[in-house]
Amino acid sequence: MARPARAYLSGEESRVVGFAEGLHLRLLQFAPYRGTIALGRRVGITGARFVIAIPYVWLLLFFLTPFLIVLAISFATPTEMVPPFSFTAFADGAINLAEAVGKYLFLFSDSLYVSAYLSSLRIAAISTVLTLLIGYPLAYGIARTSDRWRVPLLMLVILPFWTSFLIRIYAWIGILGETGLLNQVLQGIGLLDRPLSLLGTEWAIFFGIVYAYLPFMVLPLYATLEKMDLSLLEAASDLGARPFRAFLTVTLPLSLPGVLAGCMLVFIPAVGEFVIPDLLGGSETLMIGKVLSDEFFLNRDWPLASAVAVTMLVILVLPIVLFQRLRARQAEGEG
Amino acid sequence: MAIVDPARARRAPEPWNDPAAIPYVRIENVVKRFSDFSAVNDISLNIYRGELFALLGGSGSGKTTLLRMLAGFETPSEGRILIDGVDMAGVPPYDRPVNMMFQSYALFPHMNVEQNIAFGLKQDGLPKPQIAERVGAILDMVQMSQFAKRKPHQLSGGQRQRVALARALVKQPKLLLLDEPLAALDKKLREQTQFELMTIQEKVGITFVMVTHDQEEAMTMASRIAVMDRGEIVQVGTPNEIYEYPNSRFVADFIGSVNMYEGRLVEDESDHVVIDSPALGGTVYVDHGVSAAPGANVWLAIRPEKIKVSRTRPAGTHNITRGKVRDIGYLGDVSNYYVTLQSGETMEATLPNLVRLAEPAVLWDEEVWLSWEAENAIVLTS
Ligand SMILES: Nc1ncnc2c1ncn2[C@@H]1O[C@H](COP(=O)(O)OP(=O)(O)OP(=O)(O)O)[C@@H](O)[C@H]1O
Ligand SMILES: [Mg+2]
Repeated sequence: MARPARAYLSGEESRVVGFAEGLHLRLLQFAPYRGTIALGRRVGITGARFVIAIPYVWLLLFFLTPFLIVLAISFATPTEMVPPFSFTAFADGAINLAEAVGKYLFLFSDSLYVSAYLSSLRIAAISTVLTLLIGYPLAYGIARTSDRWRVPLLMLVILPFWTSFLIRIYAWIGILGETGLLNQVLQGIGLLDRPLSLLGTEWAIFFGIVYAYLPFMVLPLYATLEKMDLSLLEAASDLGARPFRAFLTVTLPLSLPGVLAGCMLVFIPAVGEFVIPDLLGGSETLMIGKVLSDEFFLNRDWPLASAVAVTMLVILVLPIVLFQRLRARQAEGEG
Repeated sequence: MAIVDPARARRAPEPWNDPAAIPYVRIENVVKRFSDFSAVNDISLNIYRGELFALLGGSGSGKTTLLRMLAGFETPSEGRILIDGVDMAGVPPYDRPVNMMFQSYALFPHMNVEQNIAFGLKQDGLPKPQIAERVGAILDMVQMSQFAKRKPHQLSGGQRQRVALARALVKQPKLLLLDEPLAALDKKLREQTQFELMTIQEKVGITFVMVTHDQEEAMTMASRIAVMDRGEIVQVGTPNEIYEYPNSRFVADFIGSVNMYEGRLVEDESDHVVIDSPALGGTVYVDHGVSAAPGANVWLAIRPEKIKVSRTRPAGTHNITRGKVRDIGYLGDVSNYYVTLQSGETMEATLPNLVRLAEPAVLWDEEVWLSWEAENAIVLTS
């Protein structure tokens, strides 16, 4: 593509390309890089595209490879040996299809797994919405305060990361328990006469997830809100939009990329969350992360556990891919 | 002084000369301070209905700040602003009968051209067909119809500017504020749009306040010009007044090119003055009085196109000097002659090129006489 086309890239794209080009020019000093470039050119990959390829290579190595191993194990047969599986299904050069795929069929016929998946999705969805409802005003507030307050407030958002995740979740047991901090305070100010039993309910899980994942919602939201051109709001106001309408028609649509990023960052790990339901949720809340860990450590059924993991990935990846495709088509249609 | 501006003669009476006329916009002793820095410093202005008022000034002179106070984005630190007799203090931008075209355009990046322009009409709750009709008409006017579905980032700078203009115009506000509306357009399109703006303005009767630092644009379009410098208004007047009767060296220098020389007042009558100017190597006779005492130091300003160049000494004793042609700048329609005077100062004279490919009236290094009429020199005391 010719260079002047840069002017017509959207802001995001041109920034990526500009960054990649800069990096490319700097890396050219190094002989090994030049060698690889020459190699790449022979295959038809050039310049900036090569730099962009580096993270993909990384992902390929450290994400795709383990995933392929898990995928392979999911087709194996459980045994009592170490490691606890064997590929007997593939013995004799012929694939015993029934046995290899059988586990996947089993997952969908057993109501335990189906309801675990559904309940995980539900709990993750509700938690994501709650996190968004709390995170958006927080991010908005931080993005619009004076420069002096912005950095300290952002630090406060990130501060919890400095303590171990596990310890922080344990702390919530102390807060949510029948004689915990929350109940003591609520009873102390006379709002309650009997303690709430939160611990061991889904509510405790919501508390835990919202608390633990709030920074992942706030940071991308803050990033989009902070870089928004405030003269757009002045223009909206000038054209007759009251502040709330200006928010709905300008700020909100422009922050959608941040909303999406935040929701993904919360929803995806929340679906597979294991520690929070294990520590805060009761025995009756079923989440797929817990099922997975039980299969793995209690039943030592690695192939089934792998099948659970692979299915979870498919369930999460499919909507993302479809959504991305939809967005791309929309952008094209508008252009 | 009564000056008839030929370009504006066809226009209605000049309300600013009519003591009974009621100004549409009153700016009264407005000050705007950012921390301890005054961006706008005690400005008072009356702008009348139907005017095309230009704010002219260098970068950072406070033009945008003044405009933003009219639109309601900044509150004056002191003084008050009245629009149509209503004090605007406390009136938010969305309740003002004012629309603004932003210097940075401020187009909504997530909306296409059409949606951008329709935004203001939607806020007014206009019915859809009417919105579509008005958006279509204004798109035609700014020649952007074929780009109606494009997003701002897919447009060139000049196209974006036209969308911004259309978005502000489409609401037909009583007062339209334009911050450098035409700066990004090429010369041809700029002249065309200037003309269109003037036509619209006359047709719809909108009052325009336009910021520009293109003095030519201000001269062609404006009914009156306010020249700003460091947060203050230095002079307000019709283009003609500002050009022919600048009240200070700053204005004379800012508008058009000018020759400026120091001198001393030697004769001070009510109908004429005589100034001794060593720079010009003689005395200058000016046929208007000034408010300065004899002996005072003054400045003489003479526009280049008012100067005559000749090989022989013209008749008379005053307003004549001589020098050597140092440079000739050929501009097509006119040529600029840069003459080094005997005092070492330079005088610029502009002569029209009346005949195609003719020899220049005078040549490089030629000794020439320069002269001007008594009415064409301006005496400035500040
Ligand atoms: N929000 C602000 N805070 C502090 N100073 C400001 C602010 N806005 C403007 N200023 C200062 O006020 C002065 C006038 O600015 P303004 O934008 O009105 O200039 P301008 O005449 O429009 O200039 P230009 O022709 O470059 O657009 C400048 O020195 C500018 O730095
Ligand atoms: Mg400005």
